[in-house]
Amino acid sequence: MKNPLDSITGTIIAGVVLTVILYFFARHFLPLGGMS
Amino acid sequence: MDLIIDRWLHILSGITWIGLLYYFNFVQVPMLGKAKADGTAAGITKHIAPQALLWFRWAAVATWITGAYYLMRAHGIGDAFMLQGSAAFIGLGAWMGTIMLFNVWVLIWPNQKKVLGIVDASDEEKAKAGRVALLASRTNTMLSIPMLFFMITGAPAHMLGIWN
Repeated sequence: MKNPLDSITGTIIAGVVLTVILYFFARHFLPLGGMS
Repeated sequence: MDLIIDRWLHILSGITWIGLLYYFNFVQVPMLGKAKADGTAAGITKHIAPQALLWFRWAAVATWITGAYYLMRAHGIGDAFMLQGSAAFIGLGAWMGTIMLFNVWVLIWPNQKKVLGIVDASDEEKAKAGRVALLASRTNTMLSIPMLFFMITGAPAHMLGIWN
């Protein structure tokens, strides 16, 4: 499998995907204490 | 008042750091191959890259220090790095910024010194160093996207503490 970091486009897509994953992780699994 | 100045300095140094990161990834690295092909790469590798790397690595330090001070004063650096409560979002950003600072000083800068000939290295070592530096730089570019998202979505909770 090709490393996405070998291209600029792959790097940006990986960054956006990571943002979405971390956002859902934070909203569902972190103790946000009333922060919405 | 000191938090407003610190926040201003944090954003200024962050723009310098990430701006140069994007310059390396979006402009310099892709064009270096073409410059090598027509014999004009020396101008970049001898003059532009070392100066850009100087601002890049020290802007990273300034960004981290001003960010850590901000977290300490505005919310508690422990809560942020432990991803607790309203500091959780900005804490995620802080973790990514910290990993990025590590990449700059431990992976990118030492390997770029070999690539640019600032320290002695064989051709094989230079090739290996170039690959490590490129992947670390691309990793930072990738991390900068969620890092900025969590910094800006985490900031309003802190701003309430500043302005009220």
